[in-house]
Amino acid sequence: MGFFDVTSKIIKSIAYPSEMVPSIDDHADDGEHHFDPVTEHESAKLGMWLFLATELLLFGGLFAAYAIYRAKYPEMFMDGSKSLDVVLGTVNTVILIFSSLTVAVAVKAIQENRIKLVKLMLWITIICAAIFAVNKYFEYTYKFSKGIFPGTDIFYSIYFASTGVHMLHVFIGMIVLGILLRKVYKGKYSKENFTAIEIGGLYWHLVDLIWIYLFPLLYLVG
Amino acid sequence: MSEVNEKNYLENGEGFASWFFTVDHKRIGVMYLWAIAVFFIIAAIASFLVRFEHLTPGQTIVSADTYNVLFTLHGSMMVFLFIVPGVAASFGNFLIPLMIGAKDVIFPKLNLYSFWIYLAGAAIFMIALAGPADTGWTFYTPYSIETGANVILITLGIFVLGFSSILTGINFIVTMHKLRAPGMTWDRLPLFCWAAYATSLLQVLATPVVGITLLLLIGERYFGLGFFDPARGGDPVMFQHFFWFYSHPAVYIMILPAMGIISEIMPVFSRKPIFGYKAIAYASLAIALISFLVWGHHMFVSGQSKLVNIIFSVITYAVAVPTAIKVFNWLWTMHKGSIELSTAMLYSLAFIFLFTIGGLTGLFLGALAADVHLHDTYFVVAHMHYVMIGGTVFGFFAALHFWYPKMWGRMFDEFKAKIAFVLIFIGFNVVFFPQFIMGTLGMPRRYFNYAPEFQSLHQISTYGTWIIGAGFILMLWVLMRPLPGKAPGNPYRSVSLEWSMDSPPGTFNFDEIPTITEPVYNYGTKVEEES
Repeated sequence: MGFFDVTSKIIKSIAYPSEMVPSIDDHADDGEHHFDPVTEHESAKLGMWLFLATELLLFGGLFAAYAIYRAKYPEMFMDGSKSLDVVLGTVNTVILIFSSLTVAVAVKAIQENRIKLVKLMLWITIICAAIFAVNKYFEYTYKFSKGIFPGTDIFYSIYFASTGVHMLHVFIGMIVLGILLRKVYKGKYSKENFTAIEIGGLYWHLVDLIWIYLFPLLYLVG
Repeated sequence: MSEVNEKNYLENGEGFASWFFTVDHKRIGVMYLWAIAVFFIIAAIASFLVRFEHLTPGQTIVSADTYNVLFTLHGSMMVFLFIVPGVAASFGNFLIPLMIGAKDVIFPKLNLYSFWIYLAGAAIFMIALAGPADTGWTFYTPYSIETGANVILITLGIFVLGFSSILTGINFIVTMHKLRAPGMTWDRLPLFCWAAYATSLLQVLATPVVGITLLLLIGERYFGLGFFDPARGGDPVMFQHFFWFYSHPAVYIMILPAMGIISEIMPVFSRKPIFGYKAIAYASLAIALISFLVWGHHMFVSGQSKLVNIIFSVITYAVAVPTAIKVFNWLWTMHKGSIELSTAMLYSLAFIFLFTIGGLTGLFLGALAADVHLHDTYFVVAHMHYVMIGGTVFGFFAALHFWYPKMWGRMFDEFKAKIAFVLIFIGFNVVFFPQFIMGTLGMPRRYFNYAPEFQSLHQISTYGTWIIGAGFILMLWVLMRPLPGKAPGNPYRSVSLEWSMDSPPGTFNFDEIPTITEPVYNYGTKVEEES
């Protein structure tokens, strides 16, 4: 097997995991389902919750750094916070909370087989995420134009590090939701098979939740 | 055998692709085993060079800079590529579904992706060797920010490896919750699974913290964030706090699976039920819990407040309790048992002996006053190697021999394997026991040079590496040349579930999912009558 065959097989198996042909043909005998559907559904949810716990601990490091340095430099955090754009921050907060609602509706809708509604809600969620990203882009570039960069002082380092890592999660969320949407169009999901949308929704709620903490801690303490 | 299990897992498919794209937990476990074996050998060679350098004071074979690179390579590769993923990912993958009566782990594809992510992380790690780090495996700031070495790439590799660790942990936890066979209640769960469960919890809860720490370190080097730089108002000790918040629990990620292995082997070769099943099971969880609360004991001399030091010291002592519970239970399992000194049992006995030395010397270091004297000396090096080699690696070797028939379907030459064991056991003690003495005499660790009065102890230690090295080679040679003929399904007359099928297991493990009706390790009752 040549290098390119292997590479293309890896890419293909990541892009279309469910269509992946396992080397052990017997494993494929039950198609998509390796185990019974109820177990798979419950397991996927448990697995996702565990993954969300790891995400909280990832951000936990940033929150700990925030707590330590805010206690050490209260003035710096007051001043830094005042320089952030509360209006844009508020708009972004509202957008993310709204997108959490739409993704929740999508999860409910797929369980009732209302495919059109699912598509609409996922579209709105992705667009909300995009608007959030655009706003953040303007916020960042405005800061850069004023000569404020990561490393300018500890507050801005925390601001850029935590919103940056959060932004990365927004992008990942957009990709996840995009893949789900594409599969909805392909007719992969129904009220019998909605686990992927449910756990994708869980991930998006986490992205939202982290922001709900980041927003007051960064924008509103000034 | 039924139709689905016509072929055993080793025969089912040939060639590179049949392994690299498999979702069979057994094959993935075996691939992990090969991968960690390769890194173990590379990292061991680095350590032999480090020891060789110490034959004489000053330069023996390599320069001081190369020496720094060598011990960093040894430490970081052993920790992040061998011992953290090591036992849990290889034997955990192979054994957990067999032990709980399942046909695979719950997320087989995710399992394969975890392995690929592991390889990707390892690849980044290897690329980073182009500008090898010289920071030690702990990447302490401020040096890790200032050095010209390739710190960004190596930490990125470790960050990626962390993903693999997390995903494997999630997979195992959910597998044990959802896929236990009917009748496999939690109090019938083999103790290896309990240990793997506790390990997985640690992997899931601790790894993300080192992830963000290493990301911040990368940001520190790339953007100059300043979190760990006093010139910018940051604090280098904060890096140590963050780092050890992961890396202390990681110590238990390394040792818990080995403890699980010992708990499996003891009853088989003592022909007795394990003593204190529940105590051992809950001790695993207790160790996992307490391990999150002791990270400060790595920093007693870094300027923490005295109160904090005292608290960390007390909690450190508390970890010894569940650990000692396990040791006493293993000893009592052997009491009045019919002990068979197989190779696996010899490694297990050595584990108890060496791990006890490692554990007790850990208490010296957990004591505040003693630690001021012993901190950053060879005493620490000896202590952690007694735990990591005497504990984890001996446990790992015990598993290699014990499950060898199940994994490969062949038997090995017990006599030669025992000779290898003797060499490894003697060599290990010759390498590391003198280091306890050197440490108490004040020989600092990680130093290129040393005072002439330490030379004889350093030389004894270096000679030891040649003995242990010979042992490793002999062990590898024995294991690579199995005896002719097929291994029986259950060569040890074990009552555990993983021995109830053919060796090696069929592709689907069980012809049909078994129903469990008896307690685990039910020796001295039914089995003895049947045999």
